[in-house]
Formats: sequence, C-alpha cells, structure tokens
Amino acid sequence: MIALADCNNFYASCERVFNPTLKNKPVVVLSNNDGCIIARSNESKQLGIKMGEPVFKAREIIEKHNVNVFSTNFALYGDMSKRVMTLLASLSPEIEIYSIDEAFMNLAGIKKCFEIGLHMRDTVKKHTGIPISIGIASTKTLAKVANHCAKRFTKKGVYVLKRKDHISDILKSMPVSKLWGVGSRYSRMLRSYGVDNAHEFVSLDEKWVLEKMTVMGLRIQRELKGESCISMDINPSPKKNICTSRSFGTKVRDFQSLKESISSHAARCAEKLRLEKGCARYVSVVIKTNPFSDSDYYCGYKSSSFDVPTNDTLDIINAAENILRSIYKKGLEYKKSGVIVGDIIPQNQVQLNLFDMDEKRIKRKKLDSTVDIINQAMGRSTIHIGSQGIAKNWQLKREKLSPCYTTKWDDLLTINC
Amino acid sequence: MSSKKEQIIFYSMEDESLKKLHIYDSGVSAGFPSPADDYLDVDLNLHKYLVKHPTATFFIIAKGHSMERAGISDNDLLVVDKSLEPKNKDIVVAIVDGEFTVKRYTMNNENICLKAEGLSSGYPDINITDSMEFEVWGVVTHTIHNNR
Repeated sequence: MIALADCNNFYASCERVFNPTLKNKPVVVLSNNDGCIIARSNESKQLGIKMGEPVFKAREIIEKHNVNVFSTNFALYGDMSKRVMTLLASLSPEIEIYSIDEAFMNLAGIKKCFEIGLHMRDTVKKHTGIPISIGIASTKTLAKVANHCAKRFTKKGVYVLKRKDHISDILKSMPVSKLWGVGSRYSRMLRSYGVDNAHEFVSLDEKWVLEKMTVMGLRIQRELKGESCISMDINPSPKKNICTSRSFGTKVRDFQSLKESISSHAARCAEKLRLEKGCARYVSVVIKTNPFSDSDYYCGYKSSSFDVPTNDTLDIINAAENILRSIYKKGLEYKKSGVIVGDIIPQNQVQLNLFDMDEKRIKRKKLDSTVDIINQAMGRSTIHIGSQGIAKNWQLKREKLSPCYTTKWDDLLTINC
Repeated sequence: MSSKKEQIIFYSMEDESLKKLHIYDSGVSAGFPSPADDYLDVDLNLHKYLVKHPTATFFIIAKGHSMERAGISDNDLLVVDKSLEPKNKDIVVAIVDGEFTVKRYTMNNENICLKAEGLSSGYPDINITDSMEFEVWGVVTHTIHNNR
C-alpha cells in the first residue's frame, strides 16, 4: 500500500502554530508581491474566497469578515515543512517528498495501515502543530483519491481506500478535473466526449486513452484500476537547470534597477549551484513587461554559454549583465526578471580549457566558498557583489509578512509571562 | 585503425577530499607522539544537549516577571519541546483562551492550575475551568539566561 500525507491548508496552518488568535478564524496567504490568494484556511474557503483569486477581488469579503491576511513567509513554511517531512521519514520505511506539503510513503508489507496512518497524523500534529490528512491505497493515484476522501469524509483525517465497491463509488462522485495528473486541458477534452467523472474515465478503452492522452493518461487510468505504474521516486535526480526569478514590488524602468535584480538572481543561482556541487554550461536572462497592462507586451530572452562550465558568482553575474545589455529596451515598464543557469554537470567533471588561468580559478573558488560560509553563518546576502545594489527598490512587496519564528534570532516568538 | 580523434581531457580536482584529512594537532614529524591522540573525542555539542527532538523543538523569548522564582527572567530564551506530554510541575507554554502564557503546570485531582512564580505576589495563578479554552503548546525543557 502507498500512503499520501498532505498538510491541511499548509501555509495558513504554519501561521496558526505561532498565533493562537487565528484559531477558527479565516486566514489567507498571498502570493509573491501580495498579488493573489494562494492559501486559505477552511473558514476562508467557506466565505467563498477562491484559490488563485487576485486579492483586490476578495477585498470586500476580507474587510467584512476580518479575514487575517499574510504575505508568503517561505522561511517559516520551509522550516515547518522540513520538520514534518523529517518526522514522516522517521515513521515510514520509504518516503518521496513530493512538494512542500505532500509526501508519498511506501507501506508495502505493513498490515495495520490505518493504525500507522493515525499514528503518523497524531505524531505530526503533536510535534509540529501542523494538521495532516493521509490517504492510503494500492497506487499513488488512488492514494491521492483516498487523501481527497480523508479530507472530506472523515474526522480522523486518515482514509484507507481498498474495497473495490468503495473505489468505484468514490470515482463516480469525483470529477475528472480533480484527478492527479489530469490538467484543465484534458478534463475539458474528456468532458467534450461526455466523460465527467473518474469512474467513466476508468471505463474508457485503453487504446483511446493512449491515443488522446499519451502514455501519462494511460498510466493514470491503470493506476485507478489498482495497477501500480508510477513508482516511488526516492532519490530526486540532480537538477538540470536552476532558475531564480521574481516579480518586482514596483514597476521598474531604469537599467540600474534591472541590473541590480539580475545580479541578485545570478548570485543566487551561483550559490544554489555550489550547494548542489554543480557547474552550469550556459546562463539565460529573461525580462518581461506586464502582460495584463494596456501597453505592448515585451519579453526579452537570451542565453550565452561559458567556455568552461562554472559556478562562480562573478562569472555568472558578468555573463548575465552582458545579456541584459543586449535585451534591455528603454522606456518600458518591467514587471519581472529572471536568471536561469542550465546544462548542469557535477563540478568534479568539469573539463578545463587548455588556456585556462588556473590560478585565477582557484582564487575565485576560495572567494566563493568564503562568501558562502559567511552568508550561511550570518544570514543571506551579508556579503554580496556591489552590482546587486544596496537599496533594492525593486524588491518584493511583502507588507503582511509574519515573523520568521523558527529561522531568525530576532524574530523568535515572544510570550508574556 | 580507429578514426576517432585523440583527445586530451583535463579534469579539475575535487578539493573536497583534501579537506577531510584528519589533522593531528601534535604533528607527526618526529619525536614522541602525544599520548592523548588516541583519546581524541568528538566536540561537545550544546545544541544536541538542549534539543532532544529537533523536529519538535522551538526557541521562544520570555517577556515579563511572573516566573522569576522558577528561574525565568525577562528576555530569557526558552527551549520548548512540543512532543512531550506535560507532567505535574513541568513548566509549560500554554494557550488559555487564545493567548500564550508560560506557567508551572500543576494537577490536583483532575484540577489543572497554571501557577505563577513571581518574586512578588502580584501574579495570579490561572485555574483552568471547563468554560476556558485550554491547551498545552509545549514543555519548557531549558532556560537560557544571559549573565551579562
């Protein structure tokens, strides 16, 4: 059997652990730049606030019902996620961390799945304060369905989906759009052929499914029949590329601010590369204007490659700035910028160029690792390249940020006693 | 004859392996080696001593004077373990009617009382009644006090 553990309204739940006044109160968490609603507590869902809705559209409900609004606090959510996943890993023989708030666990050979599920749920709640739901079934796709049931139909938050008649009943009540791996495009296609619920999807001819929805669709169908086709992915493969991009807090017109943002993203990419012990063969830069504004949309994008794959901050910043110069257009209002480093190979497999300046490379390597050590000890960006800017006017808007309760000394929870 | 071009490939050296060499403090050149080398121990790790359950441990700053007799002063750092069940006379972080507090947890025939231990008498105990919303958030396992 396979279990899927999913944290309930994860971001909102993280805020609640450190703020008891939020108990039973509506909470929403906003996306980067405080744009859209990306997490809702059950109370907010009941008020009719939609997932992904721009916050200005929900303003009326928010004000009328005193909904508690938070900016995303990824330092907090990341730390709480790490705690939950570490606990789950210690309670199960095999775990695949699927996202910040979801994990698959292999319970093969375990008889008392329901009891194990309950124990996991209670332990995670007690240790971290985060409520989770667990769905257990014979395949990953069915475990997703079981998790859906655990959230909706049970008080205990654990559901084992095993009996054939239960499976077909539940699939009958489930729209195809709710199935794992069936996106909005495929569910529209299926509906146009009169396939509304998951049970009807399972009854379709396999050849038809293969033809219309590729082998991925066929796998989902077989998984729903109880045949395991999607295996546990326990060792995540090393990343093939790394991307750092952000929307701006305000509209950015001038080259200097753009350059600062690109330098910061490039430096962050280099840092991530070194953390993964990889070197990149190329770097790309992208800058975009707002696609929803009245003026013409512009998206500038270009790549350049390195003679020798690198993870050096200065190398990557220099290359990124050169690209930026070639794609920057004056007079536009930019909304977003990003840097992507790609074709990543392990740093010990880098082929050197015969005319390479080895001494310079060793010096840079020392500089990079020293900067990394200082920044890990003293906080991110304690030391940075001057071109990343100091004022950072272009930075994210996060007006309703909660404290980083678990990752910053200055932000620790304080309690009156 | 193979038509393959001959290639020379240069690989950079992984300097990671160099760092892991064990360094003997007393040197190895000549003379009598330090008799203590065989007894080298791992460094004492204060974090491991204070944090028994890393996934369930949180650091919290205490504000106020109601627990000074219990050794908790204003601005002390509390190490709080959420995984522990409170025992009688543990110091706990509790939530009473939606508010955090730090007090001594006492149980007397099913009656729970959160006792204040201030230096003066101005700090009331909290007797937990059925009408109150009450929850133990975690157990305070250590208090870190800065003496300077």
